[in-house]
Amino acid sequence: MSSDRRVSTGTLRCLGIESTADDFGVGIVSSDGEILANVVSTYIPEKGGIHPREAARHHAEAAGKVLIEALEEADISPDEIDFIAFSQGPGMGPCLRTGATVARALSAYLKVPLVGVNHLVAHIEIGKLTTGAKDPVTLFVSGGSTIISAFEAGRYRIFGETLDIAAGNCIDVFAREAGLRPEKGLPVAAVVENLARRGRKFIPLPYVVKGMDLSFSGLLTAATQLLREGRHSLEDLCFSFQEVVFSMLTEVTERALAHTEKPEVLLTGGVAANRRLQEMIRIIAEEHDARFCVVSKEYALDNGAMIAWTGILAYRCGLTTPIEESQVKLRWRLDEVYAPWVEELKGG
Amino acid sequence: MLIKKGAEASLYLEEWHGRRVIVKRRLPKPYRLPQLDRAIRAQRTKHEPLAIHRAKEVGVPTPIIFMVDPSEATIIMEFVEGKTVKQVLDEITERERIDLCTRIGELIGRLHKGGIIHGDLTTSNMILTSSGNVVLVDFGLSELSKEVESRGVDLHLMKRALFSTHHKYAEECFEAIIRGYRDVMGAEATDEVLKKIREIEMRGRYVSERRLPPKT
Repeated sequence: MSSDRRVSTGTLRCLGIESTADDFGVGIVSSDGEILANVVSTYIPEKGGIHPREAARHHAEAAGKVLIEALEEADISPDEIDFIAFSQGPGMGPCLRTGATVARALSAYLKVPLVGVNHLVAHIEIGKLTTGAKDPVTLFVSGGSTIISAFEAGRYRIFGETLDIAAGNCIDVFAREAGLRPEKGLPVAAVVENLARRGRKFIPLPYVVKGMDLSFSGLLTAATQLLREGRHSLEDLCFSFQEVVFSMLTEVTERALAHTEKPEVLLTGGVAANRRLQEMIRIIAEEHDARFCVVSKEYALDNGAMIAWTGILAYRCGLTTPIEESQVKLRWRLDEVYAPWVEELKGG
Repeated sequence: MLIKKGAEASLYLEEWHGRRVIVKRRLPKPYRLPQLDRAIRAQRTKHEPLAIHRAKEVGVPTPIIFMVDPSEATIIMEFVEGKTVKQVLDEITERERIDLCTRIGELIGRLHKGGIIHGDLTTSNMILTSSGNVVLVDFGLSELSKEVESRGVDLHLMKRALFSTHHKYAEECFEAIIRGYRDVMGAEATDEVLKKIREIEMRGRYVSERRLPPKT
């Protein structure tokens, strides 16, 4: 159908759909690596954390509007899309299923192929695209994940990860326990960051590193207890809490860097926006003669462009996902994904 | 002479009273708050020689400790000549590999039986000497525990290290390690720890076959 045009222009356009957690995003990216559109709508719970079913309802309601906005931003019509990519996992079931349903419908309607993308791989790939990193050690820290990864022999290997809760989740829960709320468009973690900057006194808290793995649950319990005791100022607690969480993350990242001797460190995920964490990771990168790359907020948070770009990388290696294999994978591990495109990119 | 700059400490090969020694210095980490940094370095410097000594008591070869200085976060210890198991694994035959891993499994078994958790079991932290002995080094993250949870995490880290660095024969190596471990720890304790490792793996946020933990 549109194959003639594809041959004549040589570039492909992919529309990517992201819906693993509280964000519904649509991105449109060309095979030259140009990001033509990136639109995200975020579900904001009235209180507490993300309720998967409520988030999925938000996604279903937002899908149409976000799709249209993305097409307008890219200034193209739907029939100029060469294929559809979607985040197939890991994530929350109802949210993933909503995105997958939209993707399948679009693929069938436009009669274009479907590519299922691993959300974690996508975070690394968009980070590489937007920062120019080629072969980094990646520290991915968000509300759902804490992973230290590097590419070895066809896959993104996991060098370290959390043994219990994610670092971002640890910060969010601590913030809620402290009665903090998002302020003026700032996420609650940024409120913690601002308070931490005014903290002076360091209060010892559990520091748990096991090899390259981390544990945050004991730290969260201890910090929450200190909050309730009320002996310390909130500023000092935020400061001490952040120092311990980020020192742990930096220690294992440095260990992975020393072990792999990679030329770059890539910092991404929602927590990557934190200045103090950036400062710490920058210091270890410099010490190991590695380039420090931090992904800008637009692409460090969940977004559709990262799915579209990873879809392009996979598609160019001949990887597509037939409808009957497009069921979502709630616990799809990073190191299960075969990523043949990485070697090619490293060389080029 | 600096021979290894790790994430945790730097190792120097130096002359000390007429012998070649390893000087292990936990250098201040400029990214860490000085107070936190000092506490972590002093604690690990004091703890490491204790764990190394305990390992010897249960028959696990470890370097001889000559001097400990917590205030400078420095340990002076024997220089163990040999190659790391990380280097060796790729150079030897399958048979030798299995034999080596079985012996490593026995050593880990002896540690665990003695209530010592190494805390950073990787193939870089095991040295094969020219006489064929395996010496375990770097007890900086070790802890004393007989909990099955701690033993499970320790072996889980070993498994992880094998799969991320030696993925080609990680499976056979880990099986051999468990065989050696079973010889020392016995079938019951080994099955218990294997069950724990599976539970720990399932705890990871993204495991395709994760289910609720079995009721006990």
